[in-house]
Parts: sequence; C-alpha cells; structure tokens
Amino acid sequence: MNTKLKYRIAKNRGMRWFTILLAFACVLPLALILIYIIKSGISAINWNFIVNIPKPVGETGGGIANALIGTLIIIIVATIISVPIGIMCGIYLSENKKSKIAYWASMCVDILQGVPSIVIGIVAYFWLVRPMGGFSALSGSIALAVMMFPIIIRSTEETLKLLPDSLKEAAYALGMPFHRVILKIIIPCGFSGIISGVMLSVARVAGETAPLLFTAFGNPYIETNLGKPMQSLPLLIFNYATSSYKDWQNLAWGASLVLLVLVLTLNMLTKIMTRKWKVQL
Amino acid sequence: MDSVINDSTNTHTITEKSSVFSSGVLSKRKAKQAKRMYRHIRGEKIFKRALTLTGIIIITLVFGILLTLFLQSLPSIKALGLRFFWTKTWNPVQNVFGALPFLIGTLITSFLALIISVPFSIAIAIFLGEYFPKGGFSNFIKNTIDLIAAVPSVIFGFWGFFVLVPMIRLLETKIGVMPNGVGLFAASLVLAIMIIPYAASIGTTMIKMVPSSLKEGAYALGATRWEVLRNVILPYSKSGLFAGILLSLGRAIGETMAVTMVIGNANFLPKSLFAPGNTMASVIANEFTEADHPVYLSALIEMGLFLFLVTFVINFIGKKVIKRATKNS
Repeated sequence: MNTKLKYRIAKNRGMRWFTILLAFACVLPLALILIYIIKSGISAINWNFIVNIPKPVGETGGGIANALIGTLIIIIVATIISVPIGIMCGIYLSENKKSKIAYWASMCVDILQGVPSIVIGIVAYFWLVRPMGGFSALSGSIALAVMMFPIIIRSTEETLKLLPDSLKEAAYALGMPFHRVILKIIIPCGFSGIISGVMLSVARVAGETAPLLFTAFGNPYIETNLGKPMQSLPLLIFNYATSSYKDWQNLAWGASLVLLVLVLTLNMLTKIMTRKWKVQL
Repeated sequence: MDSVINDSTNTHTITEKSSVFSSGVLSKRKAKQAKRMYRHIRGEKIFKRALTLTGIIIITLVFGILLTLFLQSLPSIKALGLRFFWTKTWNPVQNVFGALPFLIGTLITSFLALIISVPFSIAIAIFLGEYFPKGGFSNFIKNTIDLIAAVPSVIFGFWGFFVLVPMIRLLETKIGVMPNGVGLFAASLVLAIMIIPYAASIGTTMIKMVPSSLKEGAYALGATRWEVLRNVILPYSKSGLFAGILLSLGRAIGETMAVTMVIGNANFLPKSLFAPGNTMASVIANEFTEADHPVYLSALIEMGLFLFLVTFVINFIGKKVIKRATKNS
C-alpha cells in the first residue's frame, strides 16, 4: 500500500515535470529563430540598407527601400479595401443572427478563414492579373484584403457580442434610428476590439508571400504605381534567400529582421490593447 | 423596424404640441421634421441594405473562388480525368501530369508534422489549462506560443533552410543516408513548429472548460493530480483536443512558403523520409508562373481546387466537433 502510494506520488511529480519540460521546449524554436535572425540581420542593417534599392550581383551594399515602400503601399491599400467591408459584415453578422443570408455568410467566413493562401493567389491571378494584363500591386492588395476579411469580421462580431444589450436598448428608447445607434454607440464602444482585430489582420498578412507570388510579383526598383509589379518584404526574402549569392542572402537576413520586428510589434501592440480594454478575440 | 415606429410617434407628438402654439412656424417646422424623418428612414434602409450587401459579398466571394477554381481546372479534368491522382509521372515537357508524388508528399509531411507536434501541443494545453492557468509563468508561455503563430512562414522557411537543414544533414551522415538536408523530414519539422500554436490554443480552452465539480469529485476520492488529468480531464476534453489537432492539420496541408523553401522540390515519388520531394502547395508556388501550356496550368489549379476542398472538409469537421464540445458544457 505504502509503496503503491509512493509510486503514485512519484508518477504525479514525474508527469508534471515532463509536461512542464515539453511546454518549455516549445519556447525553444522561437528563441532560436529570434536569436539567429537578430544575429544575422543586425549586421546588414544600417542607413544605406533602408534608403537604397538592391544592387545587382557583384556590387556590395544596397538595401531594401523598394520592398519597404512596396510592403507599405500594398498593405495600406489592402487595409483600405478590407476594413469597411469587414467591419460592416461583422456588424451584419452580429445584428442579424437569425437571417438566412447571415447564416450562409457566417459559414463562408469560416470557409474563407481556412482557404490556403496559395489558393487565394491563384484566384487573384485569374480575377485580376489576367484581366488587367499583367502583375500589379493592386491585385496583390486585393488578394491580401480577401485574407484579412475573416479576421476583421470575426473580431468585430465577437467584440459586438460582448457589448451589453442595454446600451443599444437605451439608445433605441431615446428614438435613435438603427444606423445612428450603430455608428454613434456600437462602433465607438467596441472600437478598441475592432481596431485590435484590424491590427492583428495586418500583422497576419504582412508576412504573406504565397498570394503575392502570382499577383504583385516583385520588382527590383522603387515603384509607386499600383498598376505595376511591386516588391514587398516577404517576396524579397523568398527570392533572395533562395539565391546563391552571399550578398543577397545577407540582404534577405536584414529584411527578415525588419519584417519580424514589424509583425511581432504589431502583435504585441494588439495584445497590450486587448488586455487593457478587456476585449477578447 | 422598431426604431422607425419610435421615430414616427415622436414626431407626431412634437407636431401636435407645436400646432397649439404658433401656426405660422408650423408648416415650416413640420416640413423640416418630415424631411428629417424621411431622411432617417431612407438612411436606415440604405444602411441595412449596405450591411446585407457585405454579407452577400462574402458569400459571392467564396462561391466565386470555388467556381473559378473549378472552371479553370476543367481542361485538366477533361484531359486527365481521375488518372491525375493515380499516376506518378510529372513531366511538363511532354505534357504528362500525375499528381501522386505531391499527394504523397503532402500526406507524409502533414501527418509527420502532426505526430511530432501533438505531444507538445497537448503538453502546452495541459500546462496552461490545468497546471498553471494563471500567473506570469503561464503568461510567458502563452505569449511565446502566440508569437510563434505570428512569425511569417517565409521566415520559418528561411531559418529552416539555414539552421535546420544543416543540422538534419549532420544527422543524415550519422545514420548513413544520403545527406540531402532538404526533404520531407525538414519540411515536417518546420511544419510541426508552425502548427503547434493552433492545436495548443484550442486544447487550452477545451481543458479549461472541464467542469470543476468533476475534478473536485476525483480529488475527493484521493486521486493525484496526474490521475485526475489522465482519467477525468483528458477523456472529458478529448473531442476538443482532437478538433484542435484536426484544425492544425488543415493548416499544415495548405502551408506553402516554409515548405517550398526546405522540401527540395523534386517532382518524383519520395523514396524515404529524408529524400527531397514536393507538396501540392509547394509545386503550385514553384511552377505556377512557368506554366505555359493550358493543361499544365490547369493541372496546377486542379491541385489548388483539391487543396481547397480537403482543407474545407477538415476545417468543417474540426469546427463541428468544437461546436458540439462547447455546447455540452
């Protein structure tokens, strides 16, 4: 009896430490990636790296200005497209739970969330690149916007679900019409949750490469025309990392560090915001 | 509609009152109020229609994606039929397309990734759900796991290519197989790291949902913590854990960039786990812009369609299971 009890206690302790060990082992990859990328990327980053465009093979130096500008433009355009539609669809889903269309739309949001990014790239190629007659930043932005929809819609919906009904009822009781209730009461109250959803979706698509391969395509020069191919950070990393030139690989390490810092900062900001305002995503 | 009725009664009482006092202002004010009301009702209608429209946009988008994929893969379906999924030769020069190597590659990498990641994700779920549900310790782990989910896949691929692949090459020389480094094993390893967060976060919520009366009952009978976990918590939350694993499988199947960078891109049936191969997603990423023949392009799109359908089915089952598990408690 006593030995059995001892065995049980020992097993209990052993399994606890085993679980803790496994859980901590998962921290390892992130630490390794962070350390390695900071180590390899930090030496590449200086002022020239930010303001120059990549040099051709054989010349040293060069930077990622084209990719930085491209990423910025593509993501801003994607946000402009996806935010109004996404937020409105989120409101629609949270306000009309019983309607048939809302049911189907909710299903479709679920489906869209699971669609592999490469498939969205293929579809964007046929919807936009072919009809427009060539690769363009705009088609890349739209592909990314499609990827942002589900995150924005779900976060808006979840935020609005958390708001107390009495808020809305009070506004209705004062004779406020529906659209003013939404615009003046519901959206301002859920603003922090909605905004953090938007930020999260930006962080998600900022690192997306696959849809951009077939749409924005990449460009070695600084390009601000939305109708032309445009470079972006993930594309630059993909193209230069797989090249066999040491200079280009270094450029890719630097770009990785920049992208990683950008994405992780956005994520942490979202986290801090949601914690501060007690909104759950 | 309620608010519209409210509005009209409001205006009605106001106009009645004002008509008592001054008749001169009345008509002007009445007209103004009627105008405002009309504007409200119209705004209401437009707003509601716009909201419905966004719902319809999402529905059209998803069905449009499906339709486009289907229409564009018709040439390949017509030319190749079911042979496409059976045959193992992929030769664009001679227009012979068999997707079997990529199907197998996807199957092996995603399931191997699943096998590697399951113990870790369940451990995290237990750690965060039962051992340390609150406090700095668990916050640290939770935030780290979330950050892993946020790292772009292209960076995983880049890191995998320069750090993991040399390590695997070393391992391969030790055990005496061809030291490729790149290959199915490297891809599975990178995928495993990438999908841990998804299964872990769903598993954590599922374990946290176990009713405390059940646990207390078991503790009252004198069970140790591990026995409670093993005999009460895990059986109770197993369908939720399973759903989390299923959803992470859906991720692994569609993941493209990281896999493309470390799998070696060889278009033939992989002979071993350490041989280079290709998955459906990686072959699309590699060859889509080079596909010059209509059937070639269409074959790649057919693979995309297949990918879409498979991930849809997996996600659908996973979400159904989660919904049922959350409804029970």
